[in-house]
Amino acid sequence: MKTKIINWIDKRFPLTSFVEHDLTGYPTPRNLSYWWNFGFLAGFVLVLQVATGIFLAMHYKADVQMSFDSIQHIMRDVNYGWLLRYMHAMGASAFFFVIFVHMARTLYYGSYRAPRELLWWTGQGLLLLLMATAFMGYLLPWGQMSFWGATVITNLFRATPFIGDQVVVWLRGDYTVGDATLTRFFSLHYLFPFIIIGAVVVHLVALHTVKSSNPSGIDLAAKDNIPFHPYFTIKDLYGLGLFLILYSVFVFFIPDSLIEPANNIPANPMMTPNHIVPEWYFLPFYAILRSVPSLVGGVVAMAVSVIIFAFMPYLDRSRIPGGARYRPIYRLQFYLFLADMLVLGYVGYVPPTSQTIVIGQVATLCYFASFLVIPFISRMEERWLVKRGLPPAVMSLMESESQQKSKNGGKQ
Amino acid sequence: MENEALSSSDRRDFLVKLTSVVGGAGVAATCVPFVASMNPSSDVLAKAETEVDLSSIPPGGLRTVAWQGKPVFILHRTPEQIKEATASNGGSDPEPDSKRVKNPEWLVVIGVCTHMGCVPNMEGAGWVCHCHGSQYDDSGRVTRGPAPKNLEVPPYHFVAENKIVIGKA
Repeated sequence: MKTKIINWIDKRFPLTSFVEHDLTGYPTPRNLSYWWNFGFLAGFVLVLQVATGIFLAMHYKADVQMSFDSIQHIMRDVNYGWLLRYMHAMGASAFFFVIFVHMARTLYYGSYRAPRELLWWTGQGLLLLLMATAFMGYLLPWGQMSFWGATVITNLFRATPFIGDQVVVWLRGDYTVGDATLTRFFSLHYLFPFIIIGAVVVHLVALHTVKSSNPSGIDLAAKDNIPFHPYFTIKDLYGLGLFLILYSVFVFFIPDSLIEPANNIPANPMMTPNHIVPEWYFLPFYAILRSVPSLVGGVVAMAVSVIIFAFMPYLDRSRIPGGARYRPIYRLQFYLFLADMLVLGYVGYVPPTSQTIVIGQVATLCYFASFLVIPFISRMEERWLVKRGLPPAVMSLMESESQQKSKNGGKQ
Repeated sequence: MENEALSSSDRRDFLVKLTSVVGGAGVAATCVPFVASMNPSSDVLAKAETEVDLSSIPPGGLRTVAWQGKPVFILHRTPEQIKEATASNGGSDPEPDSKRVKNPEWLVVIGVCTHMGCVPNMEGAGWVCHCHGSQYDDSGRVTRGPAPKNLEVPPYHFVAENKIVIGKA
């Protein structure tokens, strides 16, 4: 009976071949470490956010008179409303956490290199969509931080040449962030996750075309692979268990830890809180914005600081396989970059003083410099490593790869 | 004859281009109402003017009123404050004090930092914006960045000695 049904479906829809191609027969390098779990975790958190969000929307009211109170209604009156809201608020932070680890892994192991540039860039697009969605969702509780965060960020568009002021009014639908702004942010906050789902499908199609990278950096295609199911479904599920423990600690024991206390005060357009801070995941970029002493310069610097990751496939000129694992200087650079991100995050969090402004400016310069020196350092490092002596197998691999590249280049 | 006309590639190219242009224009025209719907609606535009009675503000006192949903600072300046404000032309966006007031006793400025739109706080002589550290003097002129411009002076006029209407010059 079962085979009969499946046969019936297969004649009309490629079910069996899809499962074979993408699950039971999908070749996955056997040496993937737990750092390769975070893409799956991001997908899981996306589902979690969509699910909790849909149910929260059943009780939320997008109206400046009612939105703040409707959050209180969700927290006190709605059955398990507190749980849905804390899961959703913590889910946003969890989303950025797994995405940042996912990106850090890509940078560490050099997974952005050919042929995975499109995979990296679709991921970049997903990051931008995620940032926009999180930013718009943060306005919805209509607290002081919500209001002033949205005010500051929509004000960034004043940097648009010639029509800056009109663009800001158009985005807000009012002269200030108001009812029109709240309603459209709710509408778009509901829409964007579905665009994200579409973009995730594109990301996965690209992944299943070029297949997963792996810690060795050597292309293992058709050599050392095992099927994704059951080997990596089980590995991903184990990682999911660990993730859920951490997530539950936050949701059940410290649910307010990442919510700014000032957001428990209803939005007041006549008074800015003494100290406004964005959510933790925006802090480094916010610090870059604050470090440039001009409006347009700050906005451009912040935009570039997010987009600059896309240039990694071209900035990294080294042919040594395996990313930071086999490249001591790049590894040092990677950790220095992480430290710089933490410094920027700290500077973004504290109120601006003359001291933190200087620290922020130095850290901002380091941030951009660490990208701009990569072309030179990666080349020098490669020469140094070759001179010091590489295993013959790695040398021949590098040569055959560069030969193949020049052959392909000749063809075009 | 008819066959010739049908297979004429010039004619086909022209038709393809024409159809594309008409289709493109249609798409662009359809976008207009969607984009325009996001601009301020009529009821938002309607709350354009605010009348303020100044008689209750003591010398040196500050009143914040709402105009178009934005805070407007009305500062009743003392002779010392006026003297100080007229003594300099401000900082990075120089402008004489006389150009920023209708009556030197009354400073009327929009209380929105020209950097990122926060509301600055009155601190000592002038205002400090706590979001990113910009400072303004008693004429609403920026004295320390990152704000690029002075606090904006809204259009307003005196309807009586102690009454102004904000929203119309």
